[in-house]
Amino acid sequence: MKATRDAYGETLARLGEENGDIVVLDADLSGSTKTALFAKKFPERFFNMGIAEANMVGTAAGLAAVGKIPFVSTFAIFAAGRAWEQIRQSVAYPKANVKIVPTHGGVTVGEDGGTHQSVEDIAIMRAIPNMTVIVPADAEETKGAVEAAAAYKGPVYIRLGRNKVPRVFDDGHRFQLGKGCEVAPGTDLTFVTTGIMTAQALKAAALLSAEGISARVVHIGTVKPLDQEIILKSARETGALVTAEEHSVIGGLSSAVCELLAERQPTPLIRVGIRDRFGTSGKAEELLKYFGLMPEDLVEAARSVLARK
Amino acid sequence: MDKDRIAFLEEKARDLRVSIVKTLHRSQSGHTGGSLSAIDMVTALYFQVMRHDPENPLWEGRDRFVLSKGHAAPAQYVALAEAGYFPKEDLMMLRRLGSHLQGHPDSKGTPGVEVCTGSLGQGLSMANGMALGLRLSGKPARVYVLLGDGELQEGQVWEAAMAAAHYRLDNLCAMVDANALQIDGEVEKVMNVGPIGEKFRAFGWNVLEIDGHDMEAIVAALECAGKAKGKPTVLVARTVKGKGVPRFEHKASYHGVAPNDEELNEALLCLGCIED
Repeated sequence: MKATRDAYGETLARLGEENGDIVVLDADLSGSTKTALFAKKFPERFFNMGIAEANMVGTAAGLAAVGKIPFVSTFAIFAAGRAWEQIRQSVAYPKANVKIVPTHGGVTVGEDGGTHQSVEDIAIMRAIPNMTVIVPADAEETKGAVEAAAAYKGPVYIRLGRNKVPRVFDDGHRFQLGKGCEVAPGTDLTFVTTGIMTAQALKAAALLSAEGISARVVHIGTVKPLDQEIILKSARETGALVTAEEHSVIGGLSSAVCELLAERQPTPLIRVGIRDRFGTSGKAEELLKYFGLMPEDLVEAARSVLARK
Repeated sequence: MDKDRIAFLEEKARDLRVSIVKTLHRSQSGHTGGSLSAIDMVTALYFQVMRHDPENPLWEGRDRFVLSKGHAAPAQYVALAEAGYFPKEDLMMLRRLGSHLQGHPDSKGTPGVEVCTGSLGQGLSMANGMALGLRLSGKPARVYVLLGDGELQEGQVWEAAMAAAHYRLDNLCAMVDANALQIDGEVEKVMNVGPIGEKFRAFGWNVLEIDGHDMEAIVAALECAGKAKGKPTVLVARTVKGKGVPRFEHKASYHGVAPNDEELNEALLCLGCIED
């Protein structure tokens, strides 16, 4: 068990050694986002911008304009939410080489409550042209995603989480930008998932297997650009899908999958996610139950979608 | 400074005013008032103060210019064309489908444009980032950024003003084109931003107050800005919206309106471009 934000901090500090152009900006949350590791090693390349996210994103765009590779971190709601228009105008529109890497995405932020739980960020980042959106499943994938973002020239949004999460990928897993990944085989239906919901889907698939139901799990690490082929293939081969994300059912992964299938291959589908509500205070595990994001919820969705095949 | 050189720059600014009204007349869309109020400062930058190379727009050692009040794009476009960044004929395609001369500056298409601006309040942050990055790379290049006075109503400007002083960006020079008007009327009545100089001073900036149409004063202030160590400099330039064409002067109504045929002729007459 390891938090994706921890993997981010370590990877960034390592990349800082290899690439002198990498600079990091944070808005007074470097201890939480783990950019403090980079700051300690490379103080001259770390800029604490104070509690001023709009200016932080604009400053990053300027750094990119003179050849630097800025990584920008704060909580997801303040990056995607507070600074949305700066990300659109100053970063995505000019295709600036800026990496927006917030932590504390989704409801598992926990006790801080609805003000701090971003349930819309994937949707609003995905809607911006030129933007790449990545939601890693675990620490290992985070490492690969951060490396890939540093190597890619253009804007990237990587949504990370606060809590320790189970391992999905083995050490040395090769992250491929824009590629989905089958993490469990299956023939009766497919779970199409992103972020922490991939681990939940693997547990759900094990529960279903005991009932004689064969569920495939396809992890979508890059929500945009979407790996259309792996989703169309799963729709063709299994004939039913359940999407799952720690995010609103409006605009995120489930919307991306529905948009694709509605145009190319209509298939029975059920969306598991937060149903147009704000988050609330509580322990992370309690909130996953409260919002219906547990393996048992995925099992129920699977049974319902199978009934529609 | 050499009187002949000042006269040359004043003549250049006059030519660029002619170019602005012709360009806007052709496109029948764009911002007349704020382009004319800014052009003397833009002229001083491109033809006197900045180190740049139109033959090699991406030359690493160049000084950078950010037009934060991006709606004054015609002022930057005519200066870039005059300097040789692209053919002057391109100006006739301003705001047309397929043209690199977008309604607001676009670094993706126009040589000499460093970043994308137009959404007010964002340019100073980007200029800060450039200044930080250039200093980090040990480059002596300077960064100039032009803001409107109405634009100072955007909160991000003050986040950026705080950061520029905090990071002691003495390679940065901001200019405020204080023409005292915005779309809805007088800045003072819409949302007073004054006293501008005192505000920047309180934020830790070196402040120079000048007449934004006095070429000698503009050049002297820009050259003086480089000498202040340990803090960013801002030129608070008092200007006249629509400067150079009496019909456009001091009028908020010409903020976002292009000249019609009659107004073009009148403007060319005022600017000494045609005989009565």
